[in-house]
Amino acid sequence: MAGQSDTSAPILEVRDLKTYFHTRDGIVRAVDGVSFKVNAGETLAVVGESGCGKSVTSLSILRLIASPPGHNEGGQILFQGEDLLKASEARMREIRGNKISMIFQEPMTSLNPVLKIGKQISEVLVLHQNMNESQARTKAIELLSLVKIPEAQSRVDQYPHQLSGGMRQRVMIAMALACDPTVLIADEPTTALDVTIQAQILNLMRELRDRTGASIILITHDLGVVAEMAQRVVVMYAGRKVEEADVKELFASPLHPYTRGLMNSIPKLDEEKCARLEEIPGMVPSLREPILGCAFAPRCTHATGKCRTEAPDLEQKKSEHFAACWHSEKFLFGVRA
Amino acid sequence: MIQLRPLLEVKDLKKYYPIRKGLFGRVSGQVHAVDGVSFSIGQGETLGLVGESGCGKSTAGRTVLKLIDPTSGEISWRGKRIDGLSRVSMRPFRQEIQAVFQDPYSSLNPRMRAIDIVSEPLINFQKFSRSEGRDQVAYLFEKVGLRPDQMIRFPHEFSGGQRQRLGIARALSVKPRLIMCDEPVSALDVSVQAQVINLLIDLQKEFGLSYLFVAHDLAVVRHISHRVAVMYLGRIVEIAETPELFDSPKHPYTEALLSAVPIPDPALRRTQIVLQGDVPSPINRPAGCHFHTRCPYAQERCRKEEPGARELSPGHVVTCHFPVNAK
Amino acid sequence: MSTNGLSLWWSGFEKQAGTLYRRHPSALIGSIVLILMCLIAILAPFLGTVDPQAVAPINRLQSPSAEFWFGTDMLGRDVYSRVVYGARVSLSVGISVAILSTVIGLAIGLITGFLRWADGIIMRIMDGLMSIPSILLAIALMALTKASIENVIIAITISEVPRIVRLVRSLVLSLREQPYVEAATASGTPLIKTLVKHILPNTVAPLLVQATYVCASAMITEAILSFIGAGTPPNIPSWGNIMAEARSMFQIASYLIVFPAIFLSLTVLAVNFLGDGMRDALDPRLSRRM
Repeated sequence: MAGQSDTSAPILEVRDLKTYFHTRDGIVRAVDGVSFKVNAGETLAVVGESGCGKSVTSLSILRLIASPPGHNEGGQILFQGEDLLKASEARMREIRGNKISMIFQEPMTSLNPVLKIGKQISEVLVLHQNMNESQARTKAIELLSLVKIPEAQSRVDQYPHQLSGGMRQRVMIAMALACDPTVLIADEPTTALDVTIQAQILNLMRELRDRTGASIILITHDLGVVAEMAQRVVVMYAGRKVEEADVKELFASPLHPYTRGLMNSIPKLDEEKCARLEEIPGMVPSLREPILGCAFAPRCTHATGKCRTEAPDLEQKKSEHFAACWHSEKFLFGVRA
Repeated sequence: MIQLRPLLEVKDLKKYYPIRKGLFGRVSGQVHAVDGVSFSIGQGETLGLVGESGCGKSTAGRTVLKLIDPTSGEISWRGKRIDGLSRVSMRPFRQEIQAVFQDPYSSLNPRMRAIDIVSEPLINFQKFSRSEGRDQVAYLFEKVGLRPDQMIRFPHEFSGGQRQRLGIARALSVKPRLIMCDEPVSALDVSVQAQVINLLIDLQKEFGLSYLFVAHDLAVVRHISHRVAVMYLGRIVEIAETPELFDSPKHPYTEALLSAVPIPDPALRRTQIVLQGDVPSPINRPAGCHFHTRCPYAQERCRKEEPGARELSPGHVVTCHFPVNAK
Repeated sequence: MSTNGLSLWWSGFEKQAGTLYRRHPSALIGSIVLILMCLIAILAPFLGTVDPQAVAPINRLQSPSAEFWFGTDMLGRDVYSRVVYGARVSLSVGISVAILSTVIGLAIGLITGFLRWADGIIMRIMDGLMSIPSILLAIALMALTKASIENVIIAITISEVPRIVRLVRSLVLSLREQPYVEAATASGTPLIKTLVKHILPNTVAPLLVQATYVCASAMITEAILSFIGAGTPPNIPSWGNIMAEARSMFQIASYLIVFPAIFLSLTVLAVNFLGDGMRDALDPRLSRRM
């Protein structure tokens, strides 16, 4: 990949990550050679629809993929210079929740329903920060206030079912930030929440990010959330990265037909109402068979013979803007898709 | 435009669920799922019903179809009252009012083939020979963009978007006048949503269908609806023609809802209204105006007195003591 | 492409059977053993057997040999013939109980699942029946009547029905809430038709699996009943009463117990394997969904 404009080394670098699942019906190439970097204090969004491999990528970083049937088939994940794929399980345990933490999509099932929330937050602190129970409890209350849960003193002894969805997500964020992680992975953190609650949570995340300086990898399918939160964006399709750019640049001039199709097919509140939404015909390809040529070719209106036989490499098309497409030049000069 | 009599008229619809506690199931409270909802839908019109989870929109949609029995209120279909009808007496009306459901995976019987699923309403209302039925189903498949040779397949052999098309074909089979769509695209991938939305709009144009479109995604609702009703805690807080609702919302909740939706445009920075707190429980609702606990403009009167519905301009009804005037 | 109902149904069945056997070789083995046992039972007279009830004291308590493959018992009866004919009893009891209890349990379960008022009364009766251990219940029922295979079947069926009713009832209660049942109502489908077309077919798979377990359980219950003398009349050989009569002989003629025990265990194991395999294969949700 071409050079960085940022002078410091990236905090996290994923190189050519491959995660395959060996199932009865064949090998599912969930992540098939994905690379990206995350710099200190930066928010990187990984965007794609279901099945594109974004969640599997984030789980692979923390080595949370169940080993049969999932296998890491290659690549490196460099965290502060150390390759996480080669680290021991004990080392990974030190890192999880401590240096790299994760927030999940479903706060109800990600929190243990039979433990009080204070206990769940304390658990992380006791484990990684060597605190005793009472120190951890005090810090837990502090954290609950940090994530703006009212009456933290009494809430700390409540169970997850006594809290609303938005509150539970705040608890998850508190747990994730407890040990002041360097990288926070947020996997669809607001998808299961109502839109007004989502606005609260995104607001909170922005505040906390500014305060702690953590890097965030934000996994989502919602382009609106991307526009509000991210500085750089990686677009994934069928287990591969198809485009990467700075957020303003991506929205102003998307260079991959999939990205363009995605942006054009969403009805937008702030635009003039159009009569018909642009459709992306067809469906996401099955990941069980190896894909010949460009993964998006069967659905792409610009596909040519070359696209169907040769998979395009990720190339730099503009400054800090990469796309994997043989025909990006069409879009460089503002041709409407 | 000539005002025709509306197809569907709903007046003060209520659905309460009793909460039973204790050994003998004493009723200790009510869940006010739908609490006095009124609207009407005309021919060829789409009414969008939006709100967040727990606002009662899905319950309202299903109660209107008598899939749930209403607690009280009037539902009239082409002038005839249907709210008090028994299951058997309601049957003939189901030819004219159909439904498309949210979950494309569980709204189709996994053990039935696509042809049987789609022809079920047809068989209920008309006597068909198997070959006549097959032709009808082939026609419906083509209309919704599926290949007729797929009709012997089972639901699990179709993708999510295709299953939703099957659901639409099923609803369409008896040539209904109104289709209640309960979050029909929420469970689909973004790139497939556009396909299904376009399909619904095309079908509306071709067959003059009316839709009661229940959804939580405001952008989708704006795209497909002619009029929109916003619900909060079981009540409609604002109802207006689509352009007017989105350009100049009058209810504080509508205003906050619109400003909370993330816009896919990083260049556009706007001041967001972020509501504090969570949605109150539908069992113990706040006194006075139910929204006052989260309303940025709440005043003394809002805490004590329930606001009534007021028509601020033709077709634009708001339930608020102090409607917001400009965007 | 034929859309003829029967041929479609058969192709669907073939596909499911194929899945079953491919993924669960144990189910395949189970089916083969079960079919083998059924064949043994049906073809009993042709398998080199003699009259199982023929008494010949002169041959008593002979060890297994070329003449008497499984030896003879204390009355000189050929154990091999008794075991082979015993298959008839055990299998007919197992299969009859499985079928009867499933059909009756299904009917009752459907009613309780749908009619609130019937639910209360019927379930209290079922709970009462279930609170008595099924063996004791069967013994008590057998004490009220004379010993015969029919009565054994009825007694065991009564003790197995409540569990099936519970299963069907919980299935119906959860199926009722399925969106596709609601969709059927919205399509104008009358109640009875909804029950038959939407609810019933989705109970078949779990019921079929449960039926195999009932079959295994019934065979063992029959063996126990015969063992304690409350089951099949002693002259008709069943694996249970062959073992019962040989109770006191175990130390000198262990083969009298070993052979029927092996047959019983194999059959029950085969039925269980079949049930386990069917449980996985018949669940439509486990079908590939990509």
